[in-house]
Amino acid sequence: MKGWRRSGDLVSAELSEREAGLLRGLVGQVREMLDARRTATPQDELAELTGITTGPRTAPDDRVLARLLPDFHREDPELSGGMRELHEPELVAAKNGVAGVVLQTCPVHGGRVRLTDEQANAWLSALNDVRLALGTLLDVTEDMPDELPSDDPRAPHLGVYHWLTWVQESLIQALSR
Amino acid sequence: MSTPVELEHTQVDPAANEVAAEDRPWLTIVWNDPVNLMSYVTYVFQKLFGYSRDEATKLMLDVHHKGRAVVSRGSRDKVETDVAKLHGAGLWATMQHDT
Repeated sequence: MKGWRRSGDLVSAELSEREAGLLRGLVGQVREMLDARRTATPQDELAELTGITTGPRTAPDDRVLARLLPDFHREDPELSGGMRELHEPELVAAKNGVAGVVLQTCPVHGGRVRLTDEQANAWLSALNDVRLALGTLLDVTEDMPDELPSDDPRAPHLGVYHWLTWVQESLIQALSR
Repeated sequence: MSTPVELEHTQVDPAANEVAAEDRPWLTIVWNDPVNLMSYVTYVFQKLFGYSRDEATKLMLDVHHKGRAVVSRGSRDKVETDVAKLHGAGLWATMQHDT
């Protein structure tokens, strides 16, 4: 991939089959995690009837999900619980939505991706969610080196994280033009 | 953090203080985190709040250097909505009642 380019109303980039597969895999995994969180909160018949779903009141135990679905207040668990109950379903739905846009527009075997600004913004959010997930698992710090010592179990995966960073950065530049 | 500390010398009437508590605005706070890119945070501030590039950059640098920045303020409802939007963008945001 050589980065995103704006041409007229669209932004586009060329992805190799391997890059497309990697991206689709990661986005799909984040979506599965969110889906598991959603289905772990049972809804009653009334919610099914009205379509108004309520989320759980407590933050996820899993640290990746906890980063994707943060608390609303730092010191007030009561307020955070109420806000989470109210907002988590729509947040999960929004994250599912942007992941869905990537899976619909990123060709399975690679090739040129052409996006409207709206689709590109969905890609930005989805790329960010994947970086948050991977960054949390890798315990990324602000001064993360390009490479880790070879005996570090995270070393082989850090390249993927840095690649995603580059893809996101390039997309922001193209959208800001 | 380099927040100036204001010293309180005057006696405050407790009743007046209660009224003030209700009037105190809520704040939307964005916290520094090691994953979100500086360019992305600036982009999100512009997009969600309509800040100019310069204003958004200044707020982003506050988050980066001071660890946090207040990005909006107002009623509890408004701030709640803003925090929800920031979570949608993947930023680490919380709300708090101004002190």
